[in-house]
Amino acid sequence: MSYAKLTRDEIAKRIALDIPEGSYVNLGIGMPTLVGNHLPKDREIFLHSENGILGMGPAPAPGGEDGDLINAGKEPVTLLTGGAYFHHTDSFAMMRGGHLDIAVLGAFQVSVTGDLANWHTGGDAIPAVGGAMDLAVGAKNVWVMMEHLTKGGESKIVPRCTYPLTGIGVVKRIYTDLAVIDVTPRGLAASRLIPGLAFEELQRLTGVPLLPSGARAAA
Amino acid sequence: MIDKIVPSVESALADVRDGSTVLIGGFGGAGVPEELVDALIAQGAKDLTIVNNNAGNGEVGIAALFKAGRVRKLICSYPRQVDSHHFQEAYRAGKVELEIVPQGTLSERMRAAGAGIAAFYTPTGYGTDLAKGKETRTIQGKGYVLEQALRGDVALVKAERGDRWGNLVYRKSARNYGPTMSSAAKITIAQVYEVVELGGLDPECIVTPGIFVTRIVKVPRKGGNWIPAASVTRGISGKAMATGR
Repeated sequence: MSYAKLTRDEIAKRIALDIPEGSYVNLGIGMPTLVGNHLPKDREIFLHSENGILGMGPAPAPGGEDGDLINAGKEPVTLLTGGAYFHHTDSFAMMRGGHLDIAVLGAFQVSVTGDLANWHTGGDAIPAVGGAMDLAVGAKNVWVMMEHLTKGGESKIVPRCTYPLTGIGVVKRIYTDLAVIDVTPRGLAASRLIPGLAFEELQRLTGVPLLPSGARAAA
Repeated sequence: MIDKIVPSVESALADVRDGSTVLIGGFGGAGVPEELVDALIAQGAKDLTIVNNNAGNGEVGIAALFKAGRVRKLICSYPRQVDSHHFQEAYRAGKVELEIVPQGTLSERMRAAGAGIAAFYTPTGYGTDLAKGKETRTIQGKGYVLEQALRGDVALVKAERGDRWGNLVYRKSARNYGPTMSSAAKITIAQVYEVVELGGLDPECIVTPGIFVTRIVKVPRKGGNWIPAASVTRGISGKAMATGR
């Protein structure tokens, strides 16, 4: 059977629909930022930005940009009515102190036990961590958004991370372009496989054993 | 009469010494005290340890400190931005030491310094390369890393408005590190766009109380609030200027 991998926007939409009303959410830099474009209009969801914003709104209309109002990726954003500004130490208290319900983060690798590697490729690269480690340990639910395979076709879900770790045992759920995978005490549970993708094929592509529980085709 | 307002950025920075640790506010371009940083370059202090979230952008401000060879060490959370080339060149050439700190730990280390806390246990970074060589401890089944307070000799911060007692308010997400850094240095210098009379700031809404602020200097407001990198041009004063409004 053939299947079409989800686009980044399609993964983002899946994630957005899974965020309950009233959640305090931090979207990581890069791919996870797309989730903000798909949040259901009929739900009130509080977006947190590490540089001191709760109730962050979408990008401003052209001409409305304000250099004092940016997101973690240093792009111009807006503030929703009712939103708040605060200083950095308070912002990271929200993160580290377990006040955020969900953090959506990109990843280079996730291990079978939920270890996360997303800040450094090692080697010659200049290290830069930002708020990744604080989010990883602090949010009640860390969801990873990533492509299932590297460009070279290797699984990014691994027995043990080979890239430098961001946090140990922190990831609860992984959204990929092939499926949704929950990190459970029994192991990795795959569900919502994309249409046309058989569980056996997903298992073949993934580097580690998957539990078929809940596996079903869903959009 | 107490008057913390000084007449110029030059006079504000006159006593910064070689080898100082300088905390500089800002996240990306928001909240960077650009006029104070320019004045620090002109003042000439060298062998500085700079603490900032990033590593400077483009040619001006913190980037120009690296370009001028004034920085011995950078303590930072995220130096890998596309236009941080002056830091990157200095780092690759071995001229600047780099200490990478998780962003919340960076902020909390300065908060601790300002609050009289010597060190603290944080879960951030436990089990990672950034905890290597540090004391760790398991408390109620969870791993923590011991992080030390980070104190500055000088803090340079940008606020929106201040009064002669040193009380400050900020603007939007430009607040970022300002309040914490203000509390964490022996000398805190704030640049503001507006100086108001005592009582001109709502006491319920003062963000940084004057006890944390040594000097205030007023600087002129720039043309526009948003300076997209692509449209930044060099003005005759050497300052970045926004095109358009």
